[in-house]
Amino acid sequence: MVALTPIQRRRLANFTANRRGFWSLWLFLILFGLSLCAELIANDKPLIVSYNGDWYFPVIQQVPEETFGGFLPTETDYRDDFISEEIERNGWMLWPPIRFSYDTINYNLDVPSPAPPSADNWLGTDDQGRDVAARVIYGFRISVLFGLTLTVASSIVGVAAGALQGYYGGKIDLFGQRFIEIWSGLPMLYLLIILSSIVQPNFWWLLGIMLLFSWMGLVDVVRAEFLRARNFEYVKAARALGLGNRNIMFRHILPNAMVATLTFMPFILTGAITGLTSLDFLGFGLPSGSPSLGELIAQGKANLHAPWLGVSAFASLAVMLTLLVFVGEAVRDAFDPRKN
Amino acid sequence: MKTLLTISDLSICFDNGPKVVDQLSLSVERGQTVALVGESGSGKSVSALSILRLLDERHASYPSGQILYNGEDLLKANERRLRQIRGSHISMIFQEPMTSLNPLHTVEKQIGETLELHKGMRGPQARKRCIELLELVGIPEPESRLKSYPHQLSGGQKQRVMIAMALANEPDLLIADEPTTALDVTVQKQVLELLKSLQEKLGMAVLMITHDLSIVRRYADQVVVMEHGKQVESGPTGPLFSAPTTPYTRNLIESEPPAAPLPRSGNTDVVMTASHLDVHFTLRKTLFGKVRSSFHAVQDVSFELRRGETLGVVGESGSGKTTLGHALLKLIPSTGTFSLAGNELSSLSQKEFQPWRRRVQIVFQDPFGSLSPRMSIEEIIREGLEIHEPANRGQHEASVIRALKDVGLDPDARHRYPHEFSGGQRQRIAIARALVLQPDLIILDEPTSALDRTVQKQVIELLREIQARYGLSYIFISHDLAVVRALSHKLLVLRHGQIVEYGEAENLFRDPQQPYTRELLSAAFFYQSTTN
Repeated sequence: MVALTPIQRRRLANFTANRRGFWSLWLFLILFGLSLCAELIANDKPLIVSYNGDWYFPVIQQVPEETFGGFLPTETDYRDDFISEEIERNGWMLWPPIRFSYDTINYNLDVPSPAPPSADNWLGTDDQGRDVAARVIYGFRISVLFGLTLTVASSIVGVAAGALQGYYGGKIDLFGQRFIEIWSGLPMLYLLIILSSIVQPNFWWLLGIMLLFSWMGLVDVVRAEFLRARNFEYVKAARALGLGNRNIMFRHILPNAMVATLTFMPFILTGAITGLTSLDFLGFGLPSGSPSLGELIAQGKANLHAPWLGVSAFASLAVMLTLLVFVGEAVRDAFDPRKN
Repeated sequence: MKTLLTISDLSICFDNGPKVVDQLSLSVERGQTVALVGESGSGKSVSALSILRLLDERHASYPSGQILYNGEDLLKANERRLRQIRGSHISMIFQEPMTSLNPLHTVEKQIGETLELHKGMRGPQARKRCIELLELVGIPEPESRLKSYPHQLSGGQKQRVMIAMALANEPDLLIADEPTTALDVTVQKQVLELLKSLQEKLGMAVLMITHDLSIVRRYADQVVVMEHGKQVESGPTGPLFSAPTTPYTRNLIESEPPAAPLPRSGNTDVVMTASHLDVHFTLRKTLFGKVRSSFHAVQDVSFELRRGETLGVVGESGSGKTTLGHALLKLIPSTGTFSLAGNELSSLSQKEFQPWRRRVQIVFQDPFGSLSPRMSIEEIIREGLEIHEPANRGQHEASVIRALKDVGLDPDARHRYPHEFSGGQRQRIAIARALVLQPDLIILDEPTSALDRTVQKQVIELLREIQARYGLSYIFISHDLAVVRALSHKLLVLRHGQIVEYGEAENLFRDPQQPYTRELLSAAFFYQSTTN
């Protein structure tokens, strides 16, 4: 194990002292870790197939149907009765706990879709007969990944912009601030709507467009911190030691701005997640068919007689956002030097 | 004489913590001055605030004691009664004149407010009383000052306005919490003399809270000495000063800095010279960058400094002392020339000056602001080494430990953060940061002004010791002449950015040539001369 300096050890102690945040982090990491292995939890392919003494791993390899006595050279549909009976007769299959992927349509429903929760579909199905539990798991993963990427990217851009404006001041600050005022006046939603009529927005398109606007949230706090701190005596002392501008900004002023940044980060993260969710809800988000919590909410709204849709989406969003905010609070405590 | 205020067995706690004030007892008689003395953190200000119940009572509590004002226990009084007493029977003046006046209101409105509250005075009657009060506290042309805002007044004038506000309703008792700490020496003397004369004129009692014993000796009738919330000693001023019974009090009394610097070691080579140094600050520019108006902060300053020597730079606030120090470090642009060990530096660019930075270092005034709060002591001290000696990284830790030992700190302290240290210890850390680079010259910008007298003395001793050991040169910037005298071989007196007098410190202190220097010296050593 890497040896920690006493300072890092104290930060860690401060973090763990916030019990709520500490447990939230573990819970979140477990959920996130599980969702990263979503393919092994919810899939329409078995994990392992043993057929005539040969082993196949359909999750990571494509096996044509001919292998199992079928007629087509395309990938096997393991949910097909003929195939599964054939495999079961000459071997066995190990299925993931949920036998549906996010886009698997369950054709064997007893009732018209959306179907209520049952032993097959734990959280029921949506109005296209897709399993809600599988969609929630995949949707959670894509939301968190999107949120984290957007947060990291917009924090880097926002901190850099705020730092430059605050540290150098003068004209850079003046023009930077005016630019931000104009830029924040641009309507993001319309831009997205216009864009979605030109290209099919995917994960990266959405990330790019939301990044164009989300970086401004941090600029003001960071700029204010740099404006204040550039006249501190310890910054003057660092200049007297011969430290360059970049080092002064990184080592002396940025740590001060970091607390403000870190306090903001959970909000940016939750904002990014809700942003994506609401775009999906409005139908301008991820391409149709992708697992998304926003789309699930939209379905819940359209199918008020199927409460499991809305409730599942709400519960997964609420749990995710709450955990993230608790973690954010604990991180902020950890970096507070005045806290013992 | 009748007892006006009696405090008996007063204890104060915050949030069930330890007692901040423990069993304090004192009494103030009508017309008397009682001084509450102690170092910072000894509980003096908290005790003073508790008399008017100005502490935040959601956190503060009083486990024991009584505060009797004319026989009435203020700790049992309700908020309504307290409001009647505050500002009318007992008033208070605070330390910081810059922040104790509301910047958005005129002088007339601020004084008028207390008059209206307690006496119902308003209109022309209140205005007349305001003028009277301003006259009383010695503000020239009081009529024209009524409409002034606080920022239009000097520090001394603000403190006078504060006193006028406090006296508006002729209180029986005035609580003065470090009334002159933030003021220049000459102004300090004027304000204190004013308080004394007003006290005699109005016959009120004064409870003075201070850490400055020379003031106490001149003005107080009774002294109460506090240490860590406990009352250490109390009694009439004369006997207490001539025969202090506890070591703490003795230490406080004997904490006057030494009267002369250590002798320099013969005729050494010149470390720094400056000639015709000027600093301008641009106040306004036209749209095309042409300077429309500027402020001349330092004008035509020249001096010479030898190895192992200290140049004291004195002057009141705004005289350009700090600006001069910053100009020599090229933290702000200047014109004129200065050189270090014969190398012309003033014409170098920032980049060319970079290698020279290790040879000229600075220690700042504010021990709380000059250390990066988020870096450990080791990170702070080794930062300069990383810039100037990136090659032998392995030696850095040893250098840091040696520097910490040099300034009398435990080397284990290097893993801790600045906020865990007291003001004096932080100042030692700041000195270690400068020292670790083995500079030729350290610019000390008011390094002792924010410290208690006893700590001040220790820091001065340390500076003298380091100077003798390493043959360092200092430029010592301060407004406190007693401290300057303890270190300086040469003296430079500045006023409005210009040199008033420059010469050997010994001669200057003995026989000042300029009237301004004489005034400065007499104000600074007034309290010593009147009592010794």
